[in-house]
Amino acid sequence: MALTLDGDAALVRETALKFFRERAPVTALRKLRDEKDPTGFSTALWRDMAALGWAGFLVSEEYGGSDFGCVGLGQVLEAAGRTLAATPLISTALIGASAFSLAGSAAQKRAHLPALAGGERVVALALEEGTHHAPFRIATAARQSGNGWRLDGEKRFVLDGQVADLLIVAARTAGSRDEPQGITLFLVPGDAKGVVRTRTVMVDSRNAAVMRFNGIELGEDAVLGQVDAGAEILDRVLDRARAGLAAEMLGSACEAFERTVQYLKDRKQFGVPIGSFQALKHRAAQMFCEIELTRSAVIAALSALDAGDAGASRLASVAKAKAGEACFLVSNESVQMHGGIGMTDEHEVGFFLKRARVAQATFGDAAFHRDRYAALMGY
Amino acid sequence: MQDVDAFQMQTRAWLEANCPSSMRTPMPDDEIVWGGRRAVFKNPDSKLWLERMAARGWTVPSWPREYGGGGLSPDEARVLDELLEFGTEEQKQAHLPKIARGEIRWCQGYSEPEAGSDLAGLKTRAVPQGEHFLVNGHKVWTSYANFADWIFCLVRTDPMAKKHEGISFIVIDMADPGVRTRPIRLISGASPFCETFFENVRVPLGNLVGGLNQGWTIAKRLLEHERKMIASIGQRQRGAERPLADLAKAYAGAKDGRVADQALRQRIAQQEMDQRAFQLTQRRAAEEAKGGSPGAASAMFKYYGTELNKRKFELLLACAGTQALGWEGEGFAADELRIAREWLRSKANSIEGGTSEIQLNIIAKRVLGLPD
Repeated sequence: MALTLDGDAALVRETALKFFRERAPVTALRKLRDEKDPTGFSTALWRDMAALGWAGFLVSEEYGGSDFGCVGLGQVLEAAGRTLAATPLISTALIGASAFSLAGSAAQKRAHLPALAGGERVVALALEEGTHHAPFRIATAARQSGNGWRLDGEKRFVLDGQVADLLIVAARTAGSRDEPQGITLFLVPGDAKGVVRTRTVMVDSRNAAVMRFNGIELGEDAVLGQVDAGAEILDRVLDRARAGLAAEMLGSACEAFERTVQYLKDRKQFGVPIGSFQALKHRAAQMFCEIELTRSAVIAALSALDAGDAGASRLASVAKAKAGEACFLVSNESVQMHGGIGMTDEHEVGFFLKRARVAQATFGDAAFHRDRYAALMGY
Repeated sequence: MQDVDAFQMQTRAWLEANCPSSMRTPMPDDEIVWGGRRAVFKNPDSKLWLERMAARGWTVPSWPREYGGGGLSPDEARVLDELLEFGTEEQKQAHLPKIARGEIRWCQGYSEPEAGSDLAGLKTRAVPQGEHFLVNGHKVWTSYANFADWIFCLVRTDPMAKKHEGISFIVIDMADPGVRTRPIRLISGASPFCETFFENVRVPLGNLVGGLNQGWTIAKRLLEHERKMIASIGQRQRGAERPLADLAKAYAGAKDGRVADQALRQRIAQQEMDQRAFQLTQRRAAEEAKGGSPGAASAMFKYYGTELNKRKFELLLACAGTQALGWEGEGFAADELRIAREWLRSKANSIEGGTSEIQLNIIAKRVLGLPD
């Protein structure tokens, strides 16, 4: 398992860094926010990203992708994190592609993966029901009805939910709350009759929605994977989501940190740069260390996922936990070290703080992953 | 790669045939072999083992064969002795074979009572007089100086120069009657360090290593290696040490096979995840550097590695409760008593070889480019 990038991945990284700097700087997110853009991201930008192949990095060549892998997609996510670019990378290129690739039937793959890889179909995972990440705490129910299923329930914090063409809904078909056994994944068209979606405006100005499912009728072919065995797929899909999101968070933390170090050099008080004060130097050096550890955890998790290592789940939890801690630290320190200017909406550092908290809560915060890691390690 | 595999197999076979069985278990502190003119072998197998290893050149595997070393590539073992880098041929011939054979034991004389973090402020003087330096001064934290035969020292040779530029690196035979040592008892009860006093000690001019007033360059390099070594302390898995979670279950309680106390479970997981991420970072740095010298990154590893190690011992205390707070005698198992002593010892990790604060200064200046 290499912890450094090979030539191809390094090239993707360079391309992505340049792309987001030029095409989706933080001002683009500000514009989406201020104009209350109903889509929440630029579809033109997403098409161009797909044209570069990024939407199909986790899709096999047979279905229009390149199978380039998690390390490669991680480079794109990290670059997107640097400019806080709002795109369906997480919902669609990472989660949607993984769910179909890992669990889809040949017909389902044929029907959805080429459109997904082409940037023409946005997919959203409707999973959470509570205020904290709890992948198996599912009350949304699917009951057998005629030759198919009838779906009822409510989901929240569905990323890109209000604009998704297709939803992957985790519903309970057996068992009780918190039980992994008895969860089934269903494919639901975004505009199906009985789907009520309400956009929730979050502090990070990125897309999320509450979705209500009122007696939605679904055929047998709507089941993704096996009935009652959705938890295993969720685990694998979420591991990729966690490692990929950790890569995005790494990018955001790096950017906020580098901007802050620059500010410490530029800003003068008492006639000297404030970066000459040891109280600030030491905190900056500590942030540097946390970011370096996060970078190692992220690349290790992405590599392990690509290699199909048995320890990939553990590493995904390490990566998400470390990224969460690093983002928490760096986002808070960035605002504090920028002083008054950091509190203004005009300055961009506040955007990094807002995104940090939402990203931390997504797919499990550091406490969730510490507990999960402990469980995986047998304590 | 095949060469390395073959080497690994040969080494394993040699160890199987030559390593005495009593040398294959974790070694008690009082059996550690340091060599030297006054070497004591509590376990006779220790002497045999030292001689066999020395004959093979594996007490110093990376040194060239002509000085008694194993002749392995520096990339494989990484740490090269400073004499090899800065010493003259005569110095190498005089000292290295004896080190390799375990005949001479060395200690380090850097810090002084008034020169700790501000190491370059050291005052021990070496004044050239004819064929000798006359050395006067007071070193502290000289490791096991009471058992050492020779000491390598940073001394001031030009008191008028800027403080970094008037320092030289010399080696001193401690048999000189002007050298006196006094062990320092630490909070852990052990005395691994001494104070060492020099009173009109005559040192041949030929004992100067590197150029006159060039000692700081050598010192900096040595410190980088030392930091790397100290940083790795926490990562060394001691044979007798039980995983944190096992201790927590045994002492603080288990429920459904898990550590019952959720707060403790969180702390253990955080510790282990940080250790994992730290090890991965060491590996990544090695891949990126491809065998280069430690450089500024060693400051990060020294800082983070030692803080991690201290945290680990605090956690061991939290896991075992009052059973880890025994000092000696009845009521405690040997490994419980060892936790307490090692916890106390670990406090020095972030002080010796440059404090954590100094490491953070180095990162801020040399990595982040923050102004003075």
